[in-house]
Amino acid sequence: MKSGILLPGLDRAGLLFGAVALGLAILIPVLNLAVPADSAFHVPPHVVALMGKYLCYALLALSVDLVWGYCGILSLGHGAFFALGGYAMGMYLMRQIGPRGMYGHPILPDFMVFLNWQELPWYWLGFDQFWFAALMVLVVPGLLAGLLGWLAFRSRVTGVYLSIITQAMTFALLLAFFRNDMGFGGNNGLTDFKDILGASIQADGTRSALFAASAIALALGFFLCRWIVRSKLGRVLIAIRDAESRTRFLGYRVEHYKLLVFVTSACMAGVAGALYVPQVGIINPGEFSPANSIEAVIWVAVGGRGTLIGSVIGAVLVNFGKTLLTNALPEIWLFALGSLFIAVTLFLPRGIVGLWTGYWTRRREKQAASITTQPVTEGQ
Amino acid sequence: MMSIRHDPQHTQLYLDGVSVSFDGFRALNNLSLIIMPGEMRAIIGPNGAGKTTMMDVITGKTRPDKGTILFDGDTDLTQMDEAGIATLGIGRKFQKPTVFESHTVWDNIDLALAGKRGPVASLFHRDGADNDRILAILDTIRLAARRHALASSLSHGQKQWLEIGMLLAQEPKLLLVDEPVAGMTDAETAETARLLREIAQTRSVVVVEHDMTFVRDLDVKVTVLHEGSVLSDGSLDHVSADPRVIEVYLGR
Repeated sequence: MKSGILLPGLDRAGLLFGAVALGLAILIPVLNLAVPADSAFHVPPHVVALMGKYLCYALLALSVDLVWGYCGILSLGHGAFFALGGYAMGMYLMRQIGPRGMYGHPILPDFMVFLNWQELPWYWLGFDQFWFAALMVLVVPGLLAGLLGWLAFRSRVTGVYLSIITQAMTFALLLAFFRNDMGFGGNNGLTDFKDILGASIQADGTRSALFAASAIALALGFFLCRWIVRSKLGRVLIAIRDAESRTRFLGYRVEHYKLLVFVTSACMAGVAGALYVPQVGIINPGEFSPANSIEAVIWVAVGGRGTLIGSVIGAVLVNFGKTLLTNALPEIWLFALGSLFIAVTLFLPRGIVGLWTGYWTRRREKQAASITTQPVTEGQ
Repeated sequence: MMSIRHDPQHTQLYLDGVSVSFDGFRALNNLSLIIMPGEMRAIIGPNGAGKTTMMDVITGKTRPDKGTILFDGDTDLTQMDEAGIATLGIGRKFQKPTVFESHTVWDNIDLALAGKRGPVASLFHRDGADNDRILAILDTIRLAARRHALASSLSHGQKQWLEIGMLLAQEPKLLLVDEPVAGMTDAETAETARLLREIAQTRSVVVVEHDMTFVRDLDVKVTVLHEGSVLSDGSLDHVSADPRVIEVYLGR
């Protein structure tokens, strides 16, 4: 199939998902910009930003599902890759402020002036260029994942030990980014952004464009994951998840596979973070909080791990619930999240998508049983 | 015990003076063993004799403290990892059947087929080129009718055969088989003996087994391991008559 090579993952389910994502990317901006504000169909700007945020979370969930659902690597530190991508974008946005900061320094961001710094630290160089920042959005999370993964997978650290290491990594970064002398704005993080690519970040048009970019990034991420999991590489990943030593004794270098998929996943999380930051207008060390990474794992569990589409559904539904609940009863959100996780683990081990596919499989089996069984003859 | 002085040339597998200790416990003690190309060998011995550790050092799971392990007479296995050794042509069957439960029978064989093993090659792999080979293997292990079933739905015996099929697909020159008939019915045991004899026609096979009826069925040279080294070897009748073997098995 030629189309299978040119547009990997573009079968019916893939097409449907792509169509929904692209439809949203066009529809929501139109409903926001072209429909008058008093119309019932008008989507207000804060809703556009909120939905854009959900889509970024969905991309993060997708990246978690790729490593956890398909390769059995339970990362409790994916929030760190998300936050690093976010910081890379935040640094670009800070440098776009230029002399318009409170202190009016032509180059230095406000917090550096406040700390009496005389010049820009070397690691802030280049971030005035969008292409450089965009590259760093991929490179920084990818490098960290590569280093951590190389050390961990080579030493055959697996299971709960790997989870603890990833959790420790994000916690260590949380503490580091809280420090003022790290040069990332400390406790307050990076905020007060003005422009992105020359357009005002507050403008409705920019918000709509960012929403559309998030929807497209989610669709691309989905196709990338689908291509990976439907290739032979994906079957090897599942083999590693199910019987790692068997895979090794068949001659597969398990650590290479894990590393490739872990780095790919970290880059996706970085992109999600980079799109998230301009839409929420701030990035601070709180994004490294271990709880964020755990929450992302819960989204995937709720939607159904190892299904891709489930992680997207889970992320959007849980975050929608979070928005509703934190508005109504903010103090019970964490209890609700915890109960949800326990309930899903006990009653819905395969998540929402598992419930759905399970229903259809049973129905088909019932139908097949009612018709006389016919021998299967064709090859694959 | 003296190590065997033997020319490693022309041997399939050559172990000389191999020792492994775990926290002071000598799992292998100056073990020497030679398997010739095309030979089938049964290894027996009481629990803790070092049978599984021997497989671990051959397949790269455990590094020996000292000793020589050569494959094809000249390749030093002690310096290689599991994947490297597997690619050289050594297949290993675990004691407990280990297959990929959430893959179909077909995909299990497909993943095991000899071929490129890198992640990038896998990503761009085209399906369909090896269908005939997969079908032939499925026929050999009598699972062609269940090729679209998930491996998790197979019976214990069928999983054992599937794993043997995966090893065949790997096209190894040497096959290490750890207790293939544990937990099998008598009919399955007889079928497995037939399967292994068929496989051994074209490659070397080392079978570790407790089941004496099965070892008798195989009708090959037997090596008795005890406390990490070779106690006795020869035909099953020969080793059964060896007073040292009788003492180890019955004397304590």
